Amino acid sequence: MERGEAKSKKAGGPPRLCCICNERRPVLKRPKTLQQICRECFYEVFEEEIHQAIVNNGLFKSGERVAIGASGGKDSTVLAYVLSELNRRYSYGLDLFLLSIDEGITGYRDDSLETVKRNELQYGLPLQILSYKDLYGWTMDDIVKMIGLKNNCTFCGVFRRQALDRGAALLKVDKLVTGHNADDIAETVLLNILRGDIARLSRCTSITTGEDGPIPRCKPFKYTYEKEIVIYPFCCFKSSLDYFSTECIYSPNAYRGFAREFIKDLERLRPRAILDIIKSGEDFRIATTTKMPEQGTCERCGYISSQKWCKACVLLDGLNRGLPKMGIGRARGGGVNGGDHKKETKAGSTVKTLESKQCGSLDF
Amino acid sequence: MACNSSGCESGGCYGREKDNGCKVVDVKETVRLCVKCKSNEPMTFGDGGSDDGRFCAECFRSNVYGKFRLAVTSHAMITPSDNVLVAFSGGSSSRVALQFVHELQVKALKNYEASRDRSLPVFGVGVAFVDESAAYPSLSGGMSDAIAWVRSTVLSLSPPEKDLHVVPIESVFGSDSVEARDRLVKLLDSVSDETGKEDLLLHLKMLSLQKVASENGYNRLVVGSCTSRLASHVLTATVKGRGYSLSADIQHVDARWKVPIVLPLRDCVWQEITRLCHLDGLKTVELARHPQSGINDLVSSFVALLQEENPSRECTIVRTAAKLTPFYFNKIPETDDSCVPMATQRRLKKFNLKYDGSMTTEAFCPICNGPLNGSDSSEDESDALYDACCSSCRFQILPQEPSSLDHFGSLLPHHMISQVKHHQKFDSQTYLREKIKDCLLLDDEEAV
Repeated sequence: MERGEAKSKKAGGPPRLCCICNERRPVLKRPKTLQQICRECFYEVFEEEIHQAIVNNGLFKSGERVAIGASGGKDSTVLAYVLSELNRRYSYGLDLFLLSIDEGITGYRDDSLETVKRNELQYGLPLQILSYKDLYGWTMDDIVKMIGLKNNCTFCGVFRRQALDRGAALLKVDKLVTGHNADDIAETVLLNILRGDIARLSRCTSITTGEDGPIPRCKPFKYTYEKEIVIYPFCCFKSSLDYFSTECIYSPNAYRGFAREFIKDLERLRPRAILDIIKSGEDFRIATTTKMPEQGTCERCGYISSQKWCKACVLLDGLNRGLPKMGIGRARGGGVNGGDHKKETKAGSTVKTLESKQCGSLDF
Repeated sequence: MACNSSGCESGGCYGREKDNGCKVVDVKETVRLCVKCKSNEPMTFGDGGSDDGRFCAECFRSNVYGKFRLAVTSHAMITPSDNVLVAFSGGSSSRVALQFVHELQVKALKNYEASRDRSLPVFGVGVAFVDESAAYPSLSGGMSDAIAWVRSTVLSLSPPEKDLHVVPIESVFGSDSVEARDRLVKLLDSVSDETGKEDLLLHLKMLSLQKVASENGYNRLVVGSCTSRLASHVLTATVKGRGYSLSADIQHVDARWKVPIVLPLRDCVWQEITRLCHLDGLKTVELARHPQSGINDLVSSFVALLQEENPSRECTIVRTAAKLTPFYFNKIPETDDSCVPMATQRRLKKFNLKYDGSMTTEAFCPICNGPLNGSDSSEDESDALYDACCSSCRFQILPQEPSSLDHFGSLLPHHMISQVKHHQKFDSQTYLREKIKDCLLLDDEEAV
């Protein structure tokens, strides 16, 4: 076991006092630093670090309208709570909204949406829900019925990205924030290395992306550990945060699972490794010319696109014409293993496909 | 069109086979040929790997050797006037490297003896074996046998004759073996992080190789790292926060050292190497590994898992990392060497394979020799050693209590600590250079 970073001595003896306040009894070991810490100090330091991330990276300007991508899951629920709390405490001057996307997944999304509707009341944040049905004429249930459980995440991810942008435009917001945490970003860095996507590798650690696109997106949780997001509601006796915590019913054994398991093991050995991965991602020497693809607009819908048609239009066209493989990778029937090789083909894909994410987590 | 189903009695098969019926399966098997030369029978290694049963022994061997030779020539790794030291651990990778370098040397000797004007001399080859038993006491049992085996192996690889240098890892501290051993143990004991200790030993190992190379007049150090090892390195570097310096470690040439390091087997995968050892009967010795519980081991298991899922994953990882911008020192340095043959000089200049050695815009960590990222510098100028090190070494190697830093510095070998003073002396210069770097028109330093 690697040496711990706890400031207090761990040899023998019971824990004495909280490392930070030195007054109260510690109740937990902080996942990020292994410090012995009391409940109050935990949520104080948790909130403070997020505040620092927001301020040091200049994420917001006073008066901005900001939409929080809310799925009803733990990340976005905690995000909604903390952001509205910090907005009030430090007078960010933001107009906050909740934006939720209904992919039309029975038994999953309809349940998590109930959570978001409750959040609307609990936090007093206006909620906007957009559905795939309204936007595209297809629900994920319909899509899965047609294409099965392979490549379904590609559809969902592509559609959701556009849906969030459209929702943001409807709400007339200036920015979109998502609940991507440090673990997510570290996983993405590893995935991009494993998959050879150097262009994405250079972009995926940015705390703000899409500044030259329809709507900039930020990730205030970039340095926040997933474990701490889970612990936070238990420590926060101010109000109990209720959120929805099951996996999307259509999520296959996505390749991300490999990276996730590895990071869990890594965190056990050396907690700061998660932040180190992000740091490496930021420090990689990648020529600036590889960073952005040529930016144009989709001929069919006007959305931002690097090709003639945006990915969503290509996929939709395929669905409507009964050709569900259109727009998916290059290999046709190259293998029948779950969702592992959605776009991962031996020939490689010349069409720049948007990164698909597991259902239930929000897109970049 | 060949019919795949057995027992087929369709009309399409008649007349295609000389023997009776449709024994298609048998015909397919006897007709199997090497996909490259189409004349010999393909080798099967039965190791469950990819490409099994596709190439014959000769073609397989020439594929691997071809990759080695291409790496050597296209990066000017070994030129006629060089004196090359091969780092030999006894493992498969370095055994293959040694074998190939030997074969290259034999060919050069043959050409030399056959040529009339004897213009191109034959490069010299030496072998270095690092004895790590002072650091890993569990190794000391089998060490003398291992060394004897190494000696006889090197002896068998002549002519041309090769010197063998057995280098105890504690030699970085000096020649007095008892004192040196003592210092090594003290240093290792003061590092509390498991992974930090392993990495520090790797740095010391490289230092000892550099020492023996420069003291014995070698100007190249051949390291047998293959694609698979580099893939692990890419991931370990990433998880340790060493993303900036990663591109320096995985190129074919690493010339930040006094004796430049070359990696001729960089494009060969582990499977090819083990198969080649099997094919050619190249013996290897695997010294007993002590149990490792750190990050390096975790990453190796992870890569092994990924390989099972997709055998070309290692290659993809290294290919991705190869897209990172290398450093100026990832080429052979230009030296004012009058004994380099004209033909070689012309070729090197033509393909821009060297760089101007006076360009030193990077500062390096005294412990791992990694190029330092400007953003790594610490705010408070408390301790010279702390400031000089990269953030990864600061965390996993240096002691956490500031009061212990001085003592730790005294435990480091002289070569490492002397760099710290050097760094301090030129701090203002490098600092200024760093500031104006953006305005400088770099010619080919950062060109991909």
